[in-house]
Amino acid sequence: MMIDEQIIKKCELAAKQMRLDAITATYQVGNTGAHIGGTLSMIEIMAALYVGVMNLSPENLKSPTRDRFILSKGHGVLAQYVALKQIGVISPEELQTFKQNGTRLYAHPSRNADIGIEFSSGSLGQGVSLAVGVALALKKKGNPARVYVLVGDGECDEGSVWEALASASHFGLDNLTVIVDKNALQYDGETDTILSMNSLSQKFEAFGFDTQELDGHSVEKLLYAFQKPSDRPKAIVANTVKGKGVSFMEGNALWHNGKLSEKQYIQAIEEASV
Amino acid sequence: MIDFNAMNIKMWSRLGSCGAFGAAMMALSEQDDDLAVITADLCFYSGSDRFRQSHPDQLYNVGIAEQNMIGVAAGMASEGYNVFATTYATFAAARVLDQVRVNMGYMQLPVKLIGLTAGLSVGILGTTHTSNEDLAAIRSIPNIVVLSPADTTETVKAVLAAAKENKPVYIRLSGVMGSPLVYKQDYEYTIGKAIRLREGNDVAIVATGTMVAESLKAAELLAEQGISATVIDMHTIKPLDREMLMSCLDSKLIVTVEEHSTLGGLGSAVSEALAEVAHKPPQLLIGLADHYVHAGDYKYLLEQYGLTPDGIASKIAGKLDAL
Repeated sequence: MMIDEQIIKKCELAAKQMRLDAITATYQVGNTGAHIGGTLSMIEIMAALYVGVMNLSPENLKSPTRDRFILSKGHGVLAQYVALKQIGVISPEELQTFKQNGTRLYAHPSRNADIGIEFSSGSLGQGVSLAVGVALALKKKGNPARVYVLVGDGECDEGSVWEALASASHFGLDNLTVIVDKNALQYDGETDTILSMNSLSQKFEAFGFDTQELDGHSVEKLLYAFQKPSDRPKAIVANTVKGKGVSFMEGNALWHNGKLSEKQYIQAIEEASV
Repeated sequence: MIDFNAMNIKMWSRLGSCGAFGAAMMALSEQDDDLAVITADLCFYSGSDRFRQSHPDQLYNVGIAEQNMIGVAAGMASEGYNVFATTYATFAAARVLDQVRVNMGYMQLPVKLIGLTAGLSVGILGTTHTSNEDLAAIRSIPNIVVLSPADTTETVKAVLAAAKENKPVYIRLSGVMGSPLVYKQDYEYTIGKAIRLREGNDVAIVATGTMVAESLKAAELLAEQGISATVIDMHTIKPLDREMLMSCLDSKLIVTVEEHSTLGGLGSAVSEALAEVAHKPPQLLIGLADHYVHAGDYKYLLEQYGLTPDGIASKIAGKLDAL
């Protein structure tokens, strides 16, 4: 199976724009800042899904046949908003309302079919269960749509994630793809030192998932992984860098949530534009 | 459709509230292809085994994993399934309260959550299995309808009514096999409309769940002492029937009776509703005290807490004397 070069290029360009949009949105929020570290780590995953893989567009947002994307690591929602802007669901003007009073673009996603947010999240460890329920229902109805759910590696500390994974393979949900944004950092520091999940891929494999581990910033590798057919539920463990693309954020847990000064903003935009 | 004839009503009573739930699901399955039951290893216990046998592709057992159960139920509900999820009441209300809050409260996904063995019915299993706090916990979450049927007949009514609601619903099942019947024939049941079962001038007893039958017996005992009591079945805890409460303001005393903590349950809901009324009778809250009693059988525990006709009647008579 080959992926069209043009699709790869399109996703890469989208990722670049999305990264710039996320940095700008964070700067515009001002003092409260945004969860920019975990947003930048998942940009390529979101670009590959929204631009290269999923059957989702402004025209089919409410259609039963749309592919479903569920963001379980709700604090990374800025990456979803910029992806939704990229495919024309959220306008550039609306993106500027991010985290403002009265906005639809909360700091954690709030279920809203009009803007392609399938479920509310923010309380970690719940998205995979929802994805299992949706995938089960779609299979029952013979609906060919696919379900994608993105979790964080820190989020995998939650036991409920593993309850849900066990049930996904028990119910034979070959229409489900779980993606782990494995940026190796969580709020209090390195995931390895907080609660080691080093053998994440083996754990997914042991839970019955067809598991691929790859560079989560390679759009090409992500596209191939998403397209690979499987008769089991799929897991993609994406090795990523928290704060990817901005040197002073990369690998720094302090940028889990952060605000940008004007100087930092200019530097971040310069680096992300390269 | 299901027939509320004497034979069925007796059979449900013998089966208890879990069995009555199962019977209602069997009836619903005849007309709703999108019906699903999801359980956390309590298929048999929740009276769903017949449903499983006749509709194996509509029953999902997620194992002993209540958190996952709520999420899977919510995901299926979002795709148009009419999902009933079953677990012990205390697990529904305490163990997975955040899942209930986010999925049913916040997102309003129309899951029908069945809380089994609420109150003290499984008291010999100990406090890990009884549920004194489920109404308080779930009532505090916006957007969830909270039902507490008085007997097995009303359990069937509540399940049928909940199936028609495109809203999240919690149904509190209490009592044991053979618990006394309040409703021995068919009657009109509407969510949110309390039922006046007995008319009296001195006291208004507002009861819920198993305590409706006990309150009716208590009212008989009070009548022997010359005290006449109204008895109301408050089968819907949320939304509460305020109109019915306002019709009780001429009594000398309003009494709430529940097999649930007096903190946060029916008694509290009634207090909240009456708080803004200027001229009203005092309220006596009868229910489980704010502590855990050691394990014991159902009858023993009800006696310990004074939740018997004698216990209820003597508390009411004592309070009236003291007024």
